[in-house]
Formats: sequence, structure tokens, C-alpha cells
Amino acid sequence: MALPQAIKAGLPCMNLLRMTAVPILEQLYLEERLLRTSAENWCIINHGTSLPTIVMGISGRPSELVELKPVLRDQIPVIRRFSGGGTVIIDNGTLFVSLICNKNAIPGLQPYPHPIMSWTGQMYGQVLHEFGDFHLRENDYAFNSHKFGGNAQSIIKDRWIHHTSFLWDYDARNMEYLKLPSRAPKYRSARSHVEFLCRMKNYVPSRTTFIEGTIKSLGGHFSIRPFDLDELEDNEFDLTTPENTRSLAKDVASEKDDIAGTRNCERVYRWSKKDAHDASKDEKLRMKSAQEEGQSWI
Amino acid sequence: MALKLWASSAANALKLSSRASAPFPASSISRCFSSVIDGFRYSDSHEWVKHQGDVATIGITDHAQGHLGEVVFVELPESGTSVTKGSGFGAVESVKATSDVNSPISGEVIEVNSKLTGAPGLINTSTYEDGWMIKVKPSDPSELQSLMDSKEYSKFCEEEDAH
Repeated sequence: MALPQAIKAGLPCMNLLRMTAVPILEQLYLEERLLRTSAENWCIINHGTSLPTIVMGISGRPSELVELKPVLRDQIPVIRRFSGGGTVIIDNGTLFVSLICNKNAIPGLQPYPHPIMSWTGQMYGQVLHEFGDFHLRENDYAFNSHKFGGNAQSIIKDRWIHHTSFLWDYDARNMEYLKLPSRAPKYRSARSHVEFLCRMKNYVPSRTTFIEGTIKSLGGHFSIRPFDLDELEDNEFDLTTPENTRSLAKDVASEKDDIAGTRNCERVYRWSKKDAHDASKDEKLRMKSAQEEGQSWI
Repeated sequence: MALKLWASSAANALKLSSRASAPFPASSISRCFSSVIDGFRYSDSHEWVKHQGDVATIGITDHAQGHLGEVVFVELPESGTSVTKGSGFGAVESVKATSDVNSPISGEVIEVNSKLTGAPGLINTSTYEDGWMIKVKPSDPSELQSLMDSKEYSKFCEEEDAH
């Protein structure tokens, strides 16, 4: 696969970290720590996540946003991330792209929500305009009026993160775990989850096409440097439990007192090279098996 | 991008004209598009400090709230927490983004504005009054001198928006 030239004179460096099926809690732990403890720019790409998981923004309340009974019954993990925004349910059909930047990395870009959203929207527009009627609609990425990408940001003093969950594919049944949000964009027009969303795979030829296009688009602003997971520990980044990302298992269970004896497993992850390696290895075996059986992965 | 920032600032100017008569001991001045309060001190990360005796009241400025948009959630520390000049003590959520709020001075939090839990929009509508976030007992009052006054801060905002 072609990557932009590794070093481009005059452009800030961006580390490109590619992962496969790393659990979303681990990804969020990593992102929060890199945002707060690294001085470098990062692009983190994660293909899918191993378990269907509900991810809420920092101010989200489970009782308002999720259907507690089926969530507890089916032991769906619920996580609060450190960034703002709404609630999503993600699975192995979700594609994650996260950008962590120093505030002066992009000339003239002020570190506020609207300018960042506008810049990233233009960047993805360059990638996707040939595949559909791409729009940044009230902070969502959409083809026409159908959302396929949800965004959230966190801005600290000198850095920011803009992370996106792209619906390459999704299981419509999972949407039943989510309530209709009280705070919704106007263009949603009270549509149900299924009527409101669309799948990227129905527009873009392959995940690879999208990912390589995104890297190429970023290459116009950064000198992209592939970064290996192994290098994280070598660089002594602080990978201890971060401040705001956490599992909400206890909160969800306590909000449904009448389900006696029901317990959502508290999956407390600690990032380790072995965890990432094992997750990646398992997923690669599943991909290979699927391909051998003639199933489509891309 | 520049057009959006201009629009945001113009909206602030329109809102501010009705706040010019707020009951503050110092005069409130509308410079260009974002308002400042004479007598307050300001940080380069857009927080304001009102120092009276042993108490410093802290919030985010009109420039900041204008660029952030409607605030929907505020995260505040507990009383008794120590804050350090330049370090974060809380966050606000707006438009799908959390933004850290940094303390302009060091000290101990003696009171937090509990009204913001139910009415986070006070930060937008009453930036320098009911939208205050924390009150701090300063550990080093001389830190206030390193902050900008209203004139310096207004110029700082103009230069930032000009980029």
C-alpha cells in the first residue's frame, strides 16, 4: 500500500498508529493519555472493536440514554469517554479515526470546537466527496441527510483531539439498546436510529480506500510517520489509568435496582503490549478464517 | 473559518449591549466584540479573576464562551481541592467538545458554583456574574500581577482573532 513520503520538509510530524480490534476502552485510555502527556501529533486508526459497546460523552447519564433492562440483560459494556458529544453503540463494523494535535500544528486554526470541526470536515470531504453527497451536518458526517460518522472533541490548553466513529457497517439490532436522545441535531427530524443512519460500505468501495484516502489527505498538512504499538512502551508514555475515561458498569447496575442479582461485568482494562498483540492476533485469525470461507471482510 | 469567528464575535457584541449596566463596582467595557470588566485580571487561556480581600472568584471570559458556544455541562472540583496556576481544575462541554478550564492562580478552592449543575448556560448568559465557577483562597497573591488587565486582554483577544 502506498503511503505519503515519510518526511516532508516544513510540515509538522504526525505519528500514524494503526490498530485492529483493540477494545474501545483501551483505545480511549490511550487517547486520553496521549492527549495529556505527549507533545506530538497523532493519528490513531482502529478497525472495529471486539465487543458491542455503548460509549457516552462526558456528561451522559445511562438512565437517560440507554435502555437499561436489555443492556443489563445482555451485559453490554457502557463506557463514559473523556470527550463531549452524544452516545453511540459500536461494534466490529465501526471504524475509528482519531486526530490529536498541538494547537499550533495547523496554521491559523484556533483551538475551539467550530474551527476544528470545520477543518476536519474539509479534510474528510476531500476523501469522500467522490463517493457520495458528503456533508458536515451540525457536527455529524453525513451522506445527504444520513449520518455515518459521529464526532467528539476534547480541548486542553495547548492540544486537542477530534475523534470519529465511522459506521462502516453496523448491526441494526444493536440500536435497540439506545434511547432516542433528547438533545438531537435538527436535521435528524425525529427519525429513528435506522432511518437516520447509513452504512459507509454502501458508498465507499472498501475500508482501505477510505483509510488510505484519509492518510493522503492528512499528508497535505503533516509529515506522516508510521508508529508501531511497541514503540509506545519504549517511549515511556504514561499509560496508567487516565482521569475521565471509565466503565459505567456500576452506574448502570445501580440505576436499575429492581433487577436483583444482575451484574454487568466490570471490565477494567489495563493497557499492555500483550493485550494489544493478542487482540490484534485474534482478530487477524478471524479475518483470515472469514476470507477463507468466502465471506467479505472489507 | 474567519467568517465563523467573526459571526460568533458579532453575536457576542449584540448580547453584551444589554449587560453593560451590570452592577459591578468597576465599569464594564465593550471593546471590539468581546466584553471585559475593568479591574478583573485575565489569563492567556481566557479565564478571569476578580480579587476581593482573601477571595479570588474565577470564571471563563466572554471571548471564550463566545467561541465555545452553548455550554451544556460543567465539571467542577470539590471545595478543599488545591489548584495550581496554569493547570486545569475543571471542564465545560459545548458542541460535542469538552474544554479544560485552567486556574489563573494557585490556592485552595473554598466554594464552587453549584448553580452551574442545573444551569450550565449561565456561563454564556451571565459570564462575569452568575456564571462564576470557583472561588479560591490564593496561596500567592503576587501571581495576580502576572495576569493581563482588561486593556491587555482585549488586545490579546483581537490579535488571536486576527490570525
